[in-house]
Amino acid sequence: MSPNLTYVVVVGVLFAAGVILLLERTLTRVLMGVVLLANGVNVLILAGGRYGGPPIVGTTPDDEMSDPLPQAMILTAIVITLGLTAFLLALAYRSWRLVGQDEVQDDIEDRRIIELAERDEGPEVEDVDDEGTS
Amino acid sequence: MTALVPLPVVIPLLGAAVTLTLTRFPQAQRLVSLAALSAVLGVAIALLVVVCVDGTQVVAVGAWPVPIGIVLVADQFSALMLVVSAAVTLCVLVYSIGQGLADGSEDTPLSIYHPSYLVLTAGVTTAFLSGDLFNLYVGFEILLVASYVLITVGGTEDRIRAGTTYVVVSLLSSVLFLTGVGLVYAAAGTLNLAQLAGRLDALPDGLRLMLNCVLLLAFGIKAAVFPLSAWLPDSYPTALAPVTAVFAGLLTKVGLYAIIRVETLLFPGGPTRDLLLVLALLTMLVGILGAIAQSDVKRLLSFTLVSHIGYMLFGIGLANELGVSSAIFYVVHHITIQTTLFLVVGLVERYGGATALDRLGGLAALSPLLGVLFFVPAMNLAGIPPFSGFLGKLGLIEAGASAGGGLRWALVAGALATSLLTLYAVARVWNLAFWRKPVTTRAEAAQTEGGPALPRLMVGSTIALVVLGVALTGIAGPLFDLTGDAAADLLERAPYVDAVRGEGIR
Repeated sequence: MSPNLTYVVVVGVLFAAGVILLLERTLTRVLMGVVLLANGVNVLILAGGRYGGPPIVGTTPDDEMSDPLPQAMILTAIVITLGLTAFLLALAYRSWRLVGQDEVQDDIEDRRIIELAERDEGPEVEDVDDEGTS
Repeated sequence: MTALVPLPVVIPLLGAAVTLTLTRFPQAQRLVSLAALSAVLGVAIALLVVVCVDGTQVVAVGAWPVPIGIVLVADQFSALMLVVSAAVTLCVLVYSIGQGLADGSEDTPLSIYHPSYLVLTAGVTTAFLSGDLFNLYVGFEILLVASYVLITVGGTEDRIRAGTTYVVVSLLSSVLFLTGVGLVYAAAGTLNLAQLAGRLDALPDGLRLMLNCVLLLAFGIKAAVFPLSAWLPDSYPTALAPVTAVFAGLLTKVGLYAIIRVETLLFPGGPTRDLLLVLALLTMLVGILGAIAQSDVKRLLSFTLVSHIGYMLFGIGLANELGVSSAIFYVVHHITIQTTLFLVVGLVERYGGATALDRLGGLAALSPLLGVLFFVPAMNLAGIPPFSGFLGKLGLIEAGASAGGGLRWALVAGALATSLLTLYAVARVWNLAFWRKPVTTRAEAAQTEGGPALPRLMVGSTIALVVLGVALTGIAGPLFDLTGDAAADLLERAPYVDAVRGEGIR
C-alpha cells in the first residue's frame, strides 16, 4: 500500500512552513511554527495507517476497516500539543510583560565569553586569583 | 509479583493529584510528596530484587491483549534505573523542602512545586518502564511538561529567558520523536518494542537506517549529545538549585536510556555505531573545553555534564558486553554525582552568596564541611581512584581497548584527556572558591562572623547523596555483575522479547 499523495504534500508543506517559522526569533512565530509542525506530524501518522471504512464491528467488514490506532495516537498528540501551546502562549505573554517584547534573548554569559575570546583573554577570574593567593 | 510494575508510575501521579488539592497546606503537601517518593523508592528496590530473581516482569495494562494494548516492562536495566532515579529524586525532594523551610514562603511559594515534581518523577518512571514506543513518547512528554513548569517556576526574567530556549528546543525534539514514531508505525505496523525488534530486522537497510537516525536525533537533543547540546548550559543554571540538580542528574539520562534501549533492541548492529563513537568523542572534548572557559560554577558543571554524556555514548557505540555494561554503570554513577555536585553548589550559593568564581573564595577554611562535600564528588567526577567514576571510566577504556581499531583507540585517548581536563576544571573551582583567601567583603564578613547557617535538611540530604556516591565504590563488584547481566540481556534481545511474547504476542 502506498500513501495518499495529498497527505504527503500536506505533510511536506506543513513541515516546511513550520521549520521556517521555528527559525524566527519572535516567540509567537515560533509557537505558530510548533503548531504547524505538530499538525504535520499528525497527518504523517494518519498517512501511515491503513485506509478504509469506520473501524466499528458490524458496520464495516473486517478487511475494509481503517486502522484505528493512528487515530488514537493523533488524539493523544493533539491533546499534548494543546497543553504545550497554552504553556508557550503564557511564556510569551510573561516575556512580553517583563521585557516588553517576546523575542528570544541571547544568553548573557555566552556573549561575555565571546567578547573575551575576541579580546583574546582567558576567563577573567584568573587575574584575581594570582593576587588573592600571593 | 507483576503487581509491582505499574506502581512507580501510579504512586507519584496519585501523589501529584493529592498535593494539588492540598495547595493551602504546605506541611501536608511535603508529607504527601515525601511519602510518595519514599514508597516509589521502596517499590523500585523490591522490583529490582524481583527482576533479578524471577527475570523480566511484564504487565499488559488494562488486560488488553499484548500487541493491541500497552505493556509495561521491567527488566534489570529499567529496574536499576528506577532504583537510582528514585533515590536521587527523594534526596533532592528533602533538599528542596529544607530550602523552602529556610527561605520562608517568598522565594519558593509555589504550591505548584510539589505536584510538578511528582509528575516529573512519574514521567521518568513511565519512560523507564514503557515497552511501547508511543508510551515512551508519552513518558517523555509527561516529564517535559513538568520540567517546563519547574524551570520557569517563579517567572523571573532570567528564568523566562532560559526557559524559552529550553521549551522550544524540547518541543522540537518531541516533534522529531513523534515523527519517528509515525514513521516506525508506517514501516512496521506496530509500536510494541518487542514486536518491533522482530519486524524491523526484516526491513530494507536504508529504511532502517533512516528510522534509526530520526529517533537518534530526537533522543540526542534530550541527552545533549554534542552538536545538539548547546541548549543545556544556557537553560539549566538559572533554575532553582534542586531543580537544576534533578534535571542534570535525570533528564539527560532518560534520553540516554532511550538511546540504549533503541540501539540494542530495535537496531542492533546498525551502521550508526561508528557515528555514535565519533559523536561521543566530540561530546567529551567540546563539552570539557567549554567547561574550562566558564567563570561560573553552575555553568561549568553544566558543561561537564554535557562532556560526560560522551562517556556513556562511547560504551553504547562499542556495543559489546563490557562497553554497554560500563555505560550502564556510568549512568548510575553520573546520575548520583552530577546531582550531588549541583546540590553542593546550591549550598555554596547560600553560604558564599554567589556562584561566580571571581566572587567566591576561602570556603574550605570557612566551612570545612562544605569543602569535603564538594571535594569528594568532584574527585569522583574526575575519576580519581578509588571512586566509582574511576571504575566506570576504567571499564569503558578496557572495553574500547579490547575492541581495537583506530577509532576506538582515539576514543580511549579522548576519554583519558577528558578525564584529565575534568580534573583541571574541578581543581580550578576548588582553588578559586575553596582554597584561596576570600575576595569579597561578604566572604570576609563571613570569616569573622562564621557565615550564614546552612539548613540541616539541605546539608543532610547532600551528605546522603555524597555517601551514596562513595558507596557505589563499595558495591562496585555486585553492581558491575548486575550491569553485566543487564548488558548481556540487552545485547541478546531474546530475554526481553520472550518475556513480552510470553504475555501473548502472536
